Amino acid sequence: MLPVEMTVNGRRQRALLDARKTLADFLREDCELTGTHLGCEHGVCGACTVLLDGDAVRSCLLFAVQADGANVTTVEGIGGPDGALSPVQDAFRQEHGLQCGFCTPGFVVSVTALLRENPKPSEDEIREALSGNLCRCTGYQGIVRAVEKAAGS
Amino acid sequence: MKPAPFEYHAPATVAEACALLAEYGDEAKPLAGGQSLVPMLALRLARFEHLVDLNRMPELAGVERDDGTLVVRGATRQRVLERDAQVAEAAPLLAAATPLIGHFQIRNRGTVGGSLAHADPASEYPAVAVALGAELELASAAGTRRVSADEFFVGTWMTAARDDELLVAARFPVWSGPCGFAIEEVARRHGDFALAGVACALASGRAGLALFGVGSTPVRVAAAEDALLAGAPADEVAAIVVDAIDPPADVHASSATRARIARHLVARAVMRAKEQHAAG
Repeated sequence: MLPVEMTVNGRRQRALLDARKTLADFLREDCELTGTHLGCEHGVCGACTVLLDGDAVRSCLLFAVQADGANVTTVEGIGGPDGALSPVQDAFRQEHGLQCGFCTPGFVVSVTALLRENPKPSEDEIREALSGNLCRCTGYQGIVRAVEKAAGS
Repeated sequence: MKPAPFEYHAPATVAEACALLAEYGDEAKPLAGGQSLVPMLALRLARFEHLVDLNRMPELAGVERDDGTLVVRGATRQRVLERDAQVAEAAPLLAAATPLIGHFQIRNRGTVGGSLAHADPASEYPAVAVALGAELELASAAGTRRVSADEFFVGTWMTAARDDELLVAARFPVWSGPCGFAIEEVARRHGDFALAGVACALASGRAGLALFGVGSTPVRVAAAEDALLAGAPADEVAAIVVDAIDPPADVHASSATRARIARHLVARAVMRAKEQHAAG
């Protein structure tokens, strides 16, 4: 077991972990932040996307010990402290950017990262940025509209 | 927890990493960005007693110009190459290839050395390294050596690096004078591994053409490079390539389909490289 310490959504988290525990499992099981979803667990679906020191990454492809000392933001840390929706979350709701909601945390985190880097993306850039997240319900059109709306707000 | 248990090492220097690799041999595996290795561990297609994490070694990250060479350190993130003005200027083909790799979340974590050392025959960087005539710098407890990209890739997921060696840098020669560069690929979905692709580089007196996804390593066709240098039309270069390759068949595409795709991609890449070279 290895000692691990990191900041998750502004709170310090400490644990003794098996090296093989992924960051995703650490967030869900040890931090009890179950907003980070696990779909494929091998880097394809994007449901587990979190921000690692500000960059969107797959938390299923990172061992928690590798994030020792890092600053992690999960979907729970995207909205306001009072539970207010972020502009991205609000736009997803307005534009029917979700249906069952399983993939949504990954989309919200990825889109948040996209808009920080590129606040006014073109439709092509939006579609390219969404290509790393899979959604089985919406057909993506509502998600593209949600990103356009969030970028305009 | 999906991967089998392993012992985790996070060395702070290349020397420490090499000492670990020397000690554990084929029971150890360097862990770079983990975007290919961790899925293989999760699916238990691969299993190692020791993982040597390369992400805590400042000396292993970064890009610098060394006279006529662009030196990319092994653990440099792919995302860095996508944005770095020095890379765009010194090795435009490398910059152009990067957005084709996976998705931005993958490139935030994936590294240049990891992609080269993983040596997937359908990946972009190995073909770019071969087309540009890059050298790979390998370090071990016994010292450092350089291997040409041509000799480095020996088979699917197989390279000339020994178990005790670490890929510490990729050295891309800066092509000077009027140049043309192009990379083309076809994938089922954006970010998927390519069904076929080609990296093309053209300068006065020098040409490099390397295909990916059509063999067990990047495939270079010398006769096609000669034709390209001699000013042959793009279709002719493409025909020479198609005669020389024997692409694999799998669930995604037949051999004939890959060859047809390769023919079009080579013609398009050669045309673009020639136009850019002529515009100089």
